[in-house]
Amino acid sequence: MSTETAAAPATLITQALKDSLNVWSAPEVSHPVDCSDLRKWAIAVYWPDVPPKIFWDEAYAKTTKYGGIIAPREFNPFAWPAIRPADRAPRPAKRGVGERTMNGGQKEVYGVPVRPGDVITSKTALVHMEEKVGKLGLTLYKSTEMRWTNQKGEFVRSRISISIVY
Amino acid sequence: MANKVYFEDINVGDEIPSWIKQTDFMHWNRYAAVNDEFVYIHMDDESGRNGGNAQGAFGMGNLRWAYLHNMLREWAGDEAEMKEMSVQYRAINQKHDVLTCTGRITEKKTEGGENLVRLDINVMNQDGKATTPGYAVIALPSRG
Repeated sequence: MSTETAAAPATLITQALKDSLNVWSAPEVSHPVDCSDLRKWAIAVYWPDVPPKIFWDEAYAKTTKYGGIIAPREFNPFAWPAIRPADRAPRPAKRGVGERTMNGGQKEVYGVPVRPGDVITSKTALVHMEEKVGKLGLTLYKSTEMRWTNQKGEFVRSRISISIVY
Repeated sequence: MANKVYFEDINVGDEIPSWIKQTDFMHWNRYAAVNDEFVYIHMDDESGRNGGNAQGAFGMGNLRWAYLHNMLREWAGDEAEMKEMSVQYRAINQKHDVLTCTGRITEKKTEGGENLVRLDINVMNQDGKATTPGYAVIALPSRG
């Protein structure tokens, strides 16, 4: 593990990153979405307010155009995998140059909503990277594209997110 | 929350009701729990400082993303449909910040049978700093 006292690298663009550019990952398949997942998500993002009924009250949700409970659009069905992917392995509290990350932003396009019982499949690819020296020092901007479909093959969501590595 | 707004009733230039939330560890920890986002910079002040934020731990961009959805949902109601959204995280969400989500309609059009409205959106902090500029596209129901 590198530390802050280690010499700063000349570049954060490793050969492994270069090799992964525009290479789509193997599909990741979510656990089935549960009503409880949606209720807890809605409580968390509205805390301490009562979240909208469409996320937790089936009787109400049936009266809407969706005909039943749906997930908040921003809901993540890939939280809490039983087998943790390598890119979500535990990380140390103190990180050195090239190990620290921040969320730079994202663009998402939404298709059909996620519903209880859905199983979502995701594929991702690193699609762009650019290195600069800024106020955080040597900084790498990584753009990753993600595509989700449900068990019927319907388009659920796409995202291009920017990760700031410094 | 039934339907709240119809396509015919809105105009370019309209500002939608803001959505306000003061955040700290009570909000961040709950979000970490549902999004499986236990990252030290959001949990520990020393780690936050090590990450470049002198004030210590800071909030998740993803939570501001959710707050913007909340604002749009509260305004548009359950019969509306979010189509697209994009933001940049330009400033950090510090502990106890009062975040105000804002939206202003910049375009309305009918396309592919859908009544689409585009808005400029942002999350302002209590100092008036624009932390999360971006845009959203939402389909609204019609009176017709």
